[in-house]
Amino acid sequence: MSTTTTRGVARPASAKASPARPRRGLRGSSTFNFWLFTSPFLIGLTVFVYVPIGWSLWLSFFEARFTVTPSKFVGFDNYWQMLQDSKFTGSLVTFTVFAAFIVPATWALSLGLALLVNRLRFMKAFFRSVFFLPTACSYVAAALVWKMSMFSGVRFGLMNTILGWFGVENIAWLANPDPPWYWLVIVTLRLWLQAGFYMILFLAALQNIPPELYEAAAIDGAKPGWQTFRHITLPQLRATSTAVILLLVIAAYQAFDEFFNLLAKTTWGRPPLVELYYTALGESQDYGEGSAGAVILTLLILIVTLVQGKFLGFGRGDDK
Amino acid sequence: MTATVPPVAPVDRPRRVKRGSVIGNTGLYVSIGVAALLFLVPFYLIVRNALSTDPEITGENWKFFPANPQWGNFTELFHDTTVDFGRSLFNSAVVAVLITVGTLLVCSLAGYGLARIPYKHANKIFYMVLGTLMVPPAVTFVPSFVLVSSLGWVDSYRGLVIPVLFSGFACFLFRQYFLGFPRELEEAARVDGLGYWGAYWRIVVPNSLNFFAAIATITFISGWNAFLWPLVIGQDPSAWTVQIALSSYMTNQVVNFHLIFMATAISILPLVFVFLFLQRWLVQGVAQTGIKG
Repeated sequence: MSTTTTRGVARPASAKASPARPRRGLRGSSTFNFWLFTSPFLIGLTVFVYVPIGWSLWLSFFEARFTVTPSKFVGFDNYWQMLQDSKFTGSLVTFTVFAAFIVPATWALSLGLALLVNRLRFMKAFFRSVFFLPTACSYVAAALVWKMSMFSGVRFGLMNTILGWFGVENIAWLANPDPPWYWLVIVTLRLWLQAGFYMILFLAALQNIPPELYEAAAIDGAKPGWQTFRHITLPQLRATSTAVILLLVIAAYQAFDEFFNLLAKTTWGRPPLVELYYTALGESQDYGEGSAGAVILTLLILIVTLVQGKFLGFGRGDDK
Repeated sequence: MTATVPPVAPVDRPRRVKRGSVIGNTGLYVSIGVAALLFLVPFYLIVRNALSTDPEITGENWKFFPANPQWGNFTELFHDTTVDFGRSLFNSAVVAVLITVGTLLVCSLAGYGLARIPYKHANKIFYMVLGTLMVPPAVTFVPSFVLVSSLGWVDSYRGLVIPVLFSGFACFLFRQYFLGFPRELEEAARVDGLGYWGAYWRIVVPNSLNFFAAIATITFISGWNAFLWPLVIGQDPSAWTVQIALSSYMTNQVVNFHLIFMATAISILPLVFVFLFLQRWLVQGVAQTGIKG
């Protein structure tokens, strides 16, 4: 680390105004100050983010059961094992099914709520709060309510009670994969919990649409309703929509809490992270395969992010 | 402007709705009211069950609300010996507060350093921070656990808190924020003879409290609600957080519905307070964190 005092002089020309005078001594050196401010974070980042990632990469090439200091190098064996493991590939299918439901559903619901709330003239803050409130709930608490009260498979569950009024037999929502009612439980839970969050993002974007656009459209004879929505609102929300969809896909990919709690002790409906949890921290404690799985998942999410960014034109669009 | 507006594709122009369109307005308020009621159903279930007796919950006919709200369920929960819920509440409070304070401190300092202190390798270091955003944090729980367990931090506050603090995302947000902080204020501080450190604490932080509050609110909520990392680290019940305690209720042999839902209600209560009193910062925080993605 440099202890000279000259660094303060060598500041980039882009800095608007030069400081009064370069300060003398260690305290005034910008190099010293840079490290003073950033080193706690950088040391932590190295130790708790970079070291685990590196260690994990290393472990993924070794046979590492019940140990994190293995000696038997196995090359890409762990990777082939994971890729051939029907449980692991099945978990990717589970994620795909989940994303296919939850991403469009949340997008549509949060956009719909934002449009409704945005039109309100009275009690706007109240309704916004109501839809936003579930964000405060943890996935665990929501899973508990869904599993033990709303979608409880027994007679006194709320859904079964309501269905009972219409003479429908009790449905075992979670305990039976055929028909796969558990998807309804899981998707409604996440929909309820996260829709308000994305509604806030859409609301902010809606307020940024210049009203002149609507006035111009009205002059041009566009009918209010579907026409203005289709040709003005939706294109204006393009950047937000893209960001929301990306966030939703990444969040779905990392889904763990509700699957783990709703479907504890079942063999169906396991998304990637749940599968990884059981591989690495379950009975076999296979850190080698677990690490290989983590590397594969990380690469996949990178690819999905990049492809989606390209496909949906991330960064393009309606910046004013 | 005569037909009722379908809920899916409504007109989104508040000021364009004509005074006379009573039908459109009624339709709007009816549809949003129904949606709001549906959103509140889970909260209703929590409160109803938390204040009922087990026979009322499991009875033949649906009871909309207990005849005599059982406030005694509250004290019964804390005397229940199967799960030490009081302990888990305490753990959660300590952990969430430490995570919030630690994240704000460490990440804001780094964000300021990266944004404002000239250093020739600052860009390279910033890319090193950005790189961690590419790796979803949940996916790295296996290697992180490997590291933390070899440090002997399993079942400890250290293990629950410290690995979570170094959020590249929070650092990034602070950097972006400080890039937009008015330079004139800092330069005035410099003229007054304050160094970077003094200017930061006396001028920059006091003028950024809104932003700090927004990040603090978001961090506290995610710390309180976190599940996967506490599940991995908290193997002994004495190190359980509230979320792990709730999760354990779902797999226990004995099911006391009224206690379980009282516990759920209590676990949500702190965050409901955050919502009621800090919503301004929360909304701001969501807008800040969501926009970047």
